[in-house]
Amino acid sequence: MSVILVFLLVIAGFAGWWLSHQRLTAKPWLEQGLAGDLVGLERSALPTAKIGLGVFLAVVGCLFSLFTSAYFMRMGLPDWRPLPLPRLLWLNTGVLVLSSVALQCAVIAARRGQTDMVRLGLATAGLTALAFLIGQLMAWRQLTDDGYLLDSNPANSFFYLITAMHGLHILGGLVGLGRTSTGAWNGARPERLRLGIELCAMYWHFLLFVWLGILAVLAGWAATFVSICQRLLT
Amino acid sequence: MAIALVLVLIVVGSVLFHFLSPWWWTPIASNWDYIDHTITISFWITGVVFSAVVLFMAYCVFRFRHREGNRAVYEPENKRLESWLTIVTAIGVTALLVPGLFVWSRFVNVPSDATEIEVVAQQWQWSYRLPGKDGKLGTSDTREVTAENPLGIAPKDPNGQDDVVVEAADLHLPVDKPVKMLLRSIDVLHDFYIPEFRAKMDMIPGSVTYFWFTPTRTGTFQVLCAELCGQGHPLMHGMVMVDTEQDYLAWLGQQQTFAQLSAPQQTGSANPLPGNTMASALDVAAKVETVEAR
Amino acid sequence: MVDVTPADAVPPAEVGEMELYHPHSWWTKYVFSQDAKVIAIQYSATATAIGLVALVLSWLMRLQLGFPGTFDFITPEAYYQFITMHGMIMVIYLLTALFLGGFGNYLIPLMVGARDMVFPYVNMLSYWVYLLAVLVLVSSFFAPGGPTGAGWTLYPPQAIMTGTPGGNDWGIILMLSSLILFIIGFTMGGLNYVVTVLQGRTRGMTLMRLPLTVWGIFTATVMALLAFPALFVACVMMLLDRLLGTSFFMPAIVEMGQQLQHSGGSPILFQHLFWFFGHPEVYIVALPAFGIVSDLISTHARKNIFGYRMMVWAIIAIGALSFVVWAHHMYVSGMHPYFGFFFATTTLIIAVPTAIKVYNWVLTLWRGDIHLSIPMLFALAFIVTFVNGGLTGLFLGNVVVDVPLSDTMFVVAHFHMVMGVAPILVIFGAIYHWYPKVTGRMLDETLGQFHFWVTFLGAYLIFFPMHYIGLIGVPRRYAELTDMTIMTESAHHLNSFISIIAFLVGFAQMVFLFNLIWSIRHGREAGGNPWRATTLEWQTPQTPPAHGNFGKELPIVYRWAYDYSVPGAKEDFIPQNVPGDFRPTREPA
Ligand code: HEM
Ligand SMILES: [Cu+2]
Ligand SMILES: [Cu+2]
Repeated sequence: MSVILVFLLVIAGFAGWWLSHQRLTAKPWLEQGLAGDLVGLERSALPTAKIGLGVFLAVVGCLFSLFTSAYFMRMGLPDWRPLPLPRLLWLNTGVLVLSSVALQCAVIAARRGQTDMVRLGLATAGLTALAFLIGQLMAWRQLTDDGYLLDSNPANSFFYLITAMHGLHILGGLVGLGRTSTGAWNGARPERLRLGIELCAMYWHFLLFVWLGILAVLAGWAATFVSICQRLLT
Repeated sequence: MAIALVLVLIVVGSVLFHFLSPWWWTPIASNWDYIDHTITISFWITGVVFSAVVLFMAYCVFRFRHREGNRAVYEPENKRLESWLTIVTAIGVTALLVPGLFVWSRFVNVPSDATEIEVVAQQWQWSYRLPGKDGKLGTSDTREVTAENPLGIAPKDPNGQDDVVVEAADLHLPVDKPVKMLLRSIDVLHDFYIPEFRAKMDMIPGSVTYFWFTPTRTGTFQVLCAELCGQGHPLMHGMVMVDTEQDYLAWLGQQQTFAQLSAPQQTGSANPLPGNTMASALDVAAKVETVEAR
Repeated sequence: MVDVTPADAVPPAEVGEMELYHPHSWWTKYVFSQDAKVIAIQYSATATAIGLVALVLSWLMRLQLGFPGTFDFITPEAYYQFITMHGMIMVIYLLTALFLGGFGNYLIPLMVGARDMVFPYVNMLSYWVYLLAVLVLVSSFFAPGGPTGAGWTLYPPQAIMTGTPGGNDWGIILMLSSLILFIIGFTMGGLNYVVTVLQGRTRGMTLMRLPLTVWGIFTATVMALLAFPALFVACVMMLLDRLLGTSFFMPAIVEMGQQLQHSGGSPILFQHLFWFFGHPEVYIVALPAFGIVSDLISTHARKNIFGYRMMVWAIIAIGALSFVVWAHHMYVSGMHPYFGFFFATTTLIIAVPTAIKVYNWVLTLWRGDIHLSIPMLFALAFIVTFVNGGLTGLFLGNVVVDVPLSDTMFVVAHFHMVMGVAPILVIFGAIYHWYPKVTGRMLDETLGQFHFWVTFLGAYLIFFPMHYIGLIGVPRRYAELTDMTIMTESAHHLNSFISIIAFLVGFAQMVFLFNLIWSIRHGREAGGNPWRATTLEWQTPQTPPAHGNFGKELPIVYRWAYDYSVPGAKEDFIPQNVPGDFRPTREPA
């Protein structure tokens, strides 16, 4: 369970940092009225939707940390036979990076008000994300063809399970991206559109980050890293 | 007003119930009276706290109930009082925890002279295995379980041949000899529990768990399963008899070894292959532990 | 210290008006409503309905335990299905849904001074997904093989094997699917509760001016958002084990003489995941109760909550610590024994902030002006049962004491006292307290008194003696108590007594339901602020609050939530939105 505990520690760090700016040691019964100092203690200046997405991403992060924790605990049992990662995954990773970059371009374009660039960015991001999903399915195909079935080894089970979970999250993101894109083509209000694109980009970057983490775990680097850390500690 | 009276009655009633009711733990039959002492300490500390809090509440309700013209006192906090209460609570909690941890370290550290005895659970019965003359239990694996070999003892392990197998029958133990119970299950979770011995531990298919104790008086004790294991769970009873040394040896003499039980099939290949390195359940248990430590 | 600003110097509310959704038809107003108040009522009604099922199941179980062998239709299979559904419904579908989905939705926007939740559409979806989860759960009663009988902990391997009711049929599949749905639905709602507290607060509502109810619900929701994923992961993995033959949790198994296909999995892994969710879950139910009860006590004792700051810090500390104690449910599970030292220590450390909360509740009563209204009675009853259950928790958390007591009726008595009875008493108190706001009328006082006395005394009589049955050594989850040498004749009598009381308590709940329905029409008119309380929900222009909660202008908050009996003030309470200073700025001696 150490992965999830580390993750929660990070969350706790954020929470602690935020709380430390809320004057939790003030004596509220001595402070009446609406003096100037209280203003900083109210809502954040960030758009509410971004904060909402941030909280949601914390939950998603929690989910994947738990899968990783379970992965490591199960990995230590004797029947674990690691499976070779299909080469295709590297290509998919590249495609996903491209997708994130395209969305980031769309964000920049939206800030500058370049509608055409926004559309181009959104379309590229959507198509590449779709390509990523298809690539993942092809990787599954390859593995099953090579005899690495879901139930033949826990390493395989985890591979399919975690990639499927990640894929589902991308799919959900595509729904959001679709809605934003509709707005881009139908002439939504520019601020609104910009916010939508920024939210998509935030989600995309996060899922890219998660994917890199997953890749590190599935490829075994994470395990190597952990064992090095353990050796350093003992 | 009634509520103040009822609060007092609850305290008085609970204390009286505690001391007067006939329902109390069974007379102990093992060395774990340490555990009983820890429970007694816990009862004292928590009982005092419970009574104090509820009686104080009763007093407040009585004394400060609303009457015409009353007004509450304005008192946002009282740092000194709160710090004192925190410190006193911390001391009380430590007084509970420290003896508990000492007893726990006894509980998990098995004395070196303890005899190993294996309990094998399955839906819904108990079987046992005792080491034979060599004093060692052979390895075992759920995959080896067949109708003839219900405990899954590795047929090729020489250490296992003289193991005494007690299938779905009573277990006997010699009095005053420490035993280490090795717990194994071949299907679901179970839990080997004898109330008079105070100790219990879950059994997990695929690994071996343990606890130890020393029976301190002779008698017959009922085994209960204390982990839900399907619809037969409440009926999964067994018997353990704690005997004098003589009675115990007499009983042991009547039991059959693994080799004897599987003899009909084994005629012809009397010499089992030595030195096989089968992944035993014990290895798995060790692995589980290292994994959890991460 | 911040000085007082005269009221008229304050500019009008600058809170950016959110785009409030406006219903256009009856359907979007009362059924597919995005108004948090309507959603709250939908959540509460659904939770109560499914809770009644759990109540009836508890009667059936008590019939079997109190009068063994008398009721043939309660077979062991049926008994296990009853305890599983009873436990799961009570903990998740009733308490979690009612506290967070019900009270959270109703109270958060009103108490922080918002017009609605920040994402009303997602909030609405949350309810419908929850309803779907409940329907899936209910459908398992009608599925072939019936609901699962694996116990609410759903431990594999037995949860997905033939020896357990529903293990090889639909039961377990529907259970796991329902939980997955619940978690998805809850996450949608939870995002709303958290972000509304972060972003929806009106001007002047700093964190330290929040009523403790909001603190409790807020912290519990944060915990739930982080803890439920663990259950989600466990459910998904178990579904795969059951349906697709993987071996996450399933080791090599011989079932009734048959070798199963699984191999190598770890049942302990499931337990870690389950309790990583399961322990925080206890506090997800407890923290809202803590918060609400603080407000009930303060309001009805006409006194500020004693040690507000300590109360807030304790809530945060408990929330954080409860993520590092999960394995105290696994002391005898066969995990590495050395974990016992660590988890016993963290568990007993949690007792300290919890105890501080108890002290501060009773110290709030000290030198108060205690009105023994029904919410106050329930609050007092909560303290008794919570202290009782909390103290027996010190037994079970102290690893070696847990060895003889774990998995006995002592545990059943303990968790019913602390997370069954205690939070339910708070829920009742809260309903008596806020019903006038929701409906505009008071609940009937006489029926309320009857309900209170029977419920409180009955629950205590059920669960206090039950500890002693556990002390004898009687295991929990026993469908039959026959043929046990430790079960004496007198212990059987005690069981019958408990069962009879359980029926009485159940009956009192029917009276309560009647009161709830009858008073909607016939209750005494309440007015806007019948308890003379300070928090914002009582200051709305209309009662029940209209769509948008606060009329034209959002309230501005000038003070904390506990200005009761302020020296020098005319009334014994000053609402949070009333400007002006009434006291010396220095701390009272
Ligand atoms: C008058 C009210 C209640 C009665 C009479 C009652 C009775 C029971 C009984 C007889 C059992 C089975 C004990 C066993 O054989 O192991 C049980 C289990 C349980 N109850 Fe209750 N109960 C009540 C209320 C509640 C409430 C409010 C909760 C909410 C937390 C709750 C949560 C549970 C849980 C979690 C279990 C364990 C299920 C399992 O072992 O899997 N109960 N209850
Ligand atoms: Cu059992
Ligand atoms: Cu716990």
